[in-house]
Formats: sequence, C-alpha cells, structure tokens
Amino acid sequence: MNKNEVFIKLPDRPPPSSTVGIIAWTQKNLFSSTTNTLTTILFFYLIYLYIPPFFDWAIFNANFSGSDRSICDANKAGACWTFIKVRFDQLLFGLYFASNPDQIWRPVVALSVFVLILIPLVIEKTPHKKWLLIFLLTIYPIIFIILVYGGYFGIPISNTTQWGGFLLTFALAFVGIVLALPIGIILALGRRSEMPIIRALSVTYIEFWRGTPLITILFMASVMLPLFFPSGVEFDKVVRAMIGITLFQSAYTAEAVRGGLQAIDKGQSEASMALGMGYWQRNVFIILPQALKISIPSIVNTFIALFKDTSLVSIIGLLDLLNMSQTASRSLDWNGYDIEGYLFAGFIFWACCYGMSSYSQKLERKLDTEGRTE
Amino acid sequence: MSKTKIPFYRNPKIRSLFVQFFVLSLVSFLILSIYQTTVSNLIERGIQTSTSFFDDVAPFKIGFSPFLDFDLGKTTYIEVFYIGILNTILIAILGIIASTILGFIVGIVRLSPNWLASKCALVYIEVFRNVPLLLQIMFWNFAVFLATLPPPKKSIEFGFLYLNSRGLHTPIPYVEDELRFNFWIFILLMTVVGCIFLSKWAKKSFEHTGVKRPVFFYNFLIFTILATLSYLALGGPLEFDIPVLGKFNFKGGGQLPLPLFSLWFALTIYTSAFIAENVRAGISSVSTGQLEAANSIGLNRTQTINMIVIPQAMRVIIPPTISQFLNLTKNSSLAVAVGYEEIVAVWAGISLNQTGQAVIIIAMTIIVYECMSLFTSFILNMYNRKVQITER
Repeated sequence: MNKNEVFIKLPDRPPPSSTVGIIAWTQKNLFSSTTNTLTTILFFYLIYLYIPPFFDWAIFNANFSGSDRSICDANKAGACWTFIKVRFDQLLFGLYFASNPDQIWRPVVALSVFVLILIPLVIEKTPHKKWLLIFLLTIYPIIFIILVYGGYFGIPISNTTQWGGFLLTFALAFVGIVLALPIGIILALGRRSEMPIIRALSVTYIEFWRGTPLITILFMASVMLPLFFPSGVEFDKVVRAMIGITLFQSAYTAEAVRGGLQAIDKGQSEASMALGMGYWQRNVFIILPQALKISIPSIVNTFIALFKDTSLVSIIGLLDLLNMSQTASRSLDWNGYDIEGYLFAGFIFWACCYGMSSYSQKLERKLDTEGRTE
Repeated sequence: MSKTKIPFYRNPKIRSLFVQFFVLSLVSFLILSIYQTTVSNLIERGIQTSTSFFDDVAPFKIGFSPFLDFDLGKTTYIEVFYIGILNTILIAILGIIASTILGFIVGIVRLSPNWLASKCALVYIEVFRNVPLLLQIMFWNFAVFLATLPPPKKSIEFGFLYLNSRGLHTPIPYVEDELRFNFWIFILLMTVVGCIFLSKWAKKSFEHTGVKRPVFFYNFLIFTILATLSYLALGGPLEFDIPVLGKFNFKGGGQLPLPLFSLWFALTIYTSAFIAENVRAGISSVSTGQLEAANSIGLNRTQTINMIVIPQAMRVIIPPTISQFLNLTKNSSLAVAVGYEEIVAVWAGISLNQTGQAVIIIAMTIIVYECMSLFTSFILNMYNRKVQITER
C-alpha cells in the first residue's frame, strides 16, 4: 500500500467572490450599513463641492506663462503661478542670490550636498550611518558657511542681512538643531544627575524656555541681546534670531533626549559601573548611544516643530520663506496674488514637515516592534 | 588587612560637592556679568529702568477690550498690560473650546470604519499640522477673510450671527432685573441638585435590582423643561442684545473683530489637528482584548463604549491634550501678525516701542507665560495623580 495516497492535499479553493476584489472592498468599507452609506454620500458630496473647483483654479485654469502680471490679470479664474515662476530665485534663495544670478550655484550646491547626505541617512541599510550623521552635524555646517556666506577661496561675501527665502529658513532650522543637540544632551544628563544643584539648574533652564512662546524669545533676542554684551560686540538680526532659536530649541531637545535616557534599563548603568567605568565613560560609551537611538523620533518631532516655528522670524522682520512670499505678493508688480504666495510657501513647509514626520513615524513603529520581539 | 586610604579627590561625595560648587559659581558669574553689562549699557544709552511708566497714560488706541474699558488719554500702561492678559485669556478659552470639539470630531471620524471618511480626516490632520501656524493665520486673515468677506451691508447671516469684513457680530446676553435673574439661577441650581439625587438613586437601584434606567435622558429632559418653563414664567430674566444693521455698521451686540476671528479660526484648525491625533491614538490604545472581554460578559455596545473604552482612552488622551491647550495659549502670541490686541502685541510690541523699557516689559511678558505654563503643569500633575490612584 502506498502511504502517500492516504492523504492528498488539494490546492486551496479560491475565496468566495463576495470577499475579494474591488466590489467586496467597496461594500465592506463604504456601504456596509445605512449609516456607512450615508457617510460615504456626505463625504463624496463635500469632496465634489470643494476639490474640482480647487483643481480648476490651481491647475487647469492656472497661468504659467509670461513674465509679468498682465497675463494673470487677463485670466482671473485661475491661479497665477507666473508670479512664483518669476520670483522663484528670490523665494528660494533670498535677495542677494536673486540679484546676483552668477552666484546662485552656491546655495544650490550647498542644499544639494545636504540632500545627498540625507538620502543615504534615511535609507535603512546604509552602512556607517553614524559617521554620515556626524559629518552632517560637524563638517557640513562649515561647508555651508563657506559656500553660502563666502569670504574664502575668492567667493564673495553674502551678508546675512541679505539672506532670505527658503535658504534662511533652512539655515535657521539647521543652526537650531546643530547647536541645540549638544546643549540639549548636556541638559538632559544634568536633569537626571544625582547632584541637586546641577539638577535644579537644568530643570530651571528647561522649564523656563519651554514655558515661553518663541515669539517672546525672538523679541527678547532682538531687543535685549545687544544689552547683554559689551558695547563693542554687535550681532546682526539673523545671528540674534539664531541665538534665540538655539536657546529655545535646546530645552525641547533636552526633553526629547531625557525621554530616551529614561527608557534605558537601569541595569546598563549598573553593569558599566561594575566594570569600573566613570561617569563620562558610562554615558558616552554605554548610555547615550542607546538613548539617542531611541530618542531620534522625538528629536525629529521637536525639529519639525522648530522648522515650522522658524517662520516666526518674519515677525521680527527677517525675510524668511513666509515673509519673502508675503513681501513679494505685496510688491507693486504682483499686488493681489498673495494666495499663490502663501500656497507656495505653505507647500514647501508642508512637504518638508510631512516628509520628516513620516520618517519619524516609520522609525517609531520600527523601534516599537524591535522592543516587542525582545 | 591593610586599609588603603582613598585620596580625597577620589571621594565621590567631595567630587560631587566640588563640581556643583564650580558649576554654580560659573553660572552665577555669567549671570552677574550679564547683569553688570546690561546695567552699564542702559546707563550708556540713557535708559532708566524703572516701573514709573506704569502710571503714565498710554498714547495709543486699543480697539478691542471687552472686559476693561479703554479710554484714549486715560488708560495707563499698567491697564494696557491687564487688557493684554485678559485678551490672551479670551482667545485661549475660545480656542480651547472650539479646538477640543473639532479635534474630537475629526479624531473619531479618523477611526470611522468608512474608508472615505477616515481618509478625509487623515488628509485634514496631515495638512493642517504640517503647515506653520503663522502662515495659516496670515493666509486666513489676509488672503481669505479680508479678501472675500463682504462689507457690513451684505453680511453673511447665521441666525443672529453676522459675519463680514469687520468681524463676527454676535448677540450678547445681559441681565435686566437682577432679582428675577438670581431667582432663575436658583431654580436651575435646585434642578441640578435634584438631577444628581436622581442619578444617585438610579445607580443604587441598579445595583440592588439590576434595572437600568436611561437616567441621563431623564435628567436632560427634566433640566431642559424646567429651565425653559421657569425662564418663561419669570418673563425672560435674561435679555439679549442683538446686533442690528445701522447705516454703515452694526449697532449693539458683541463683536469679534476680524483679527480675533481669523486667529481663532486658524488656532482652532491647527490645534484640532493635533487633538484629533491624540484622540485617535487614545482610542486605538484600548486593546481589543478589553472589547472582547466586555462582549463576553454581555455588555452591549453603548455600555462597552461608556464603561470600557472611554475611561481607558481618556487616560491616554487627556495629558497630551492639556499640553496642546498650553501650546494654543502660547501660540496665541502670533496674534501680533494680524493685530489682535493680546499681551505680546500690546505689551511686548507697542508699549515696548513707546517706552523703550525692554528689560521690564519682556520680563513681565515672560512671567505671564511662565505662570500659565506652571498652572498647566499643576493641573496635569493633579490629573496624573488622580488617574494613578484610581488605577490601583
């Protein structure tokens, strides 16, 4: 008797047609009950009411050609993207680079280098990520300053007072994160220190800056900072804003890092103590590498908030992306096309923030499952 | 057994004392030197820092001050400060109420089984929380409301509310006869007390007999009927000042000026996106095991939601939502961009420019916000403690 003939596995039967395919999906997700059907109809109606007119205005009827406002004035039914096209350099790189087109390669190269480093950092399987990150946080700022500010290698100087547009937004946010990270780490360690005075000082610092809105801090930086330094020392507005942002951001970074430190098992610290490591050895080699890895999502989240908050410098008169698009849309040539300006600035902010938040959510999920399998 | 003597600089206690002393003296030195430079800088510039300007008359106009009367030529700087604080509190309260309601709606829609509704809520959340608030405030104020709202003559009407390019006109209640009003309030309080007794009795009887009564519905019915009846019986103790269109503008009623309205609108939309995300996270944090357990002991859908889902979800939702309320209050300082007269605009903005008293004015502004922040963390800690006790 052939043993193999006792049990013959038949191939699986296909699932019933009512549970797979588009129709089943629609039935399940859109029309499963009366309320569900009504909800679908309501939301369909809302979408129908707002989305097609918006696309008509923004794309199908929009003006892209020409180089002055006459073409837009003739066709009011569509958006005036000609405005954005004409002022594109100014919106992205500020007044200096817009008026010196031969210099525009400088910010372009600086931002491209940043993107080129960022892409492998986001990809999961890149080796030596740590060194890339360290390069981005230490060497890259120097490259950025040499390229964008100039003054070395025969590159003409572009004064920070003439920085503007997306470039300024980027510079403020990047300075904020680069300087705030080390300060934040020190503060987070201080807040968890066993020395009462250090702890009290750190807590006071963190809670002080976290309790105040950024706009007050920017006012303070622009009005009071000159008073704090001897009369010879002068800062321009951009540097003052950078100092204000760094002080503010370091408190938030500290809280993000503290979250990571708290998540590390006490045994790690005890084990390294048993091995005879001192405080700094313990933290630099054992605790911080683990804690920082866990706190990357929350650091990214504070960075998203900072990136959005850099727009507040427009209130103290800096021409960042928001203020630049507003100023441009209020200039005589383009007066009245402010919706396009806001939408363009809003879209760039949205794209950057949405990208970062998707990345941090992905990372959070990954860390979450890693924790579960252990 | 030889006892090796540890040198004093290796003693952790002494080292810790030394480090703390060193850091403390460094910080004190830093603060002291900043203080001294500031004082000498102020003297050099001829600015005398003193609070004497508090009683000077403020030479500018504040258009919106619903709680303290503003008289140009009479109101002093310190009163301007109070007006600023009150206006900040007003926008904070308006924003908190509206964004909580909208946030909960969007958060629940996000969890709807309907795919289309859920995706619409997702788009709402992802769009509005990833665009800077300042941009949103300016967009709504300058590009949308100022540009598209009609003049007062052609106001958009919602019942007794009128929206036009100057703002939102609303009816405001006022008390004509205090005796009747107080009597009405007394009746309402008694009704509430009665309702509380009713629900206590119902709970007791439920525990004894197992008969469940729709107490909430009864109470609602009793309260509405009694409130309406007593209101009518007392001949309307509360009068409403309804805005009426005059020749050029509305007369009577209350007015939310357009800057306040746009700020409120933008703050509500921005914060509600964050609250919606909290609500979604909170509700999905209730594990399916809880729902299955509730099913298996025979609770129906309403009971499961009221007794199992909401209490557990609220514990996750409330703490980050309170932080959002604080964020909203701090974010209301962006009013300076559209000209709503809250503390940063009138105090750290106009008053500072007029008097040049940077140090005092900025310090006072910061203290106001620090107080709000401390108040919020106090509430938060209290809530966390309460939740912790009921947990065990």
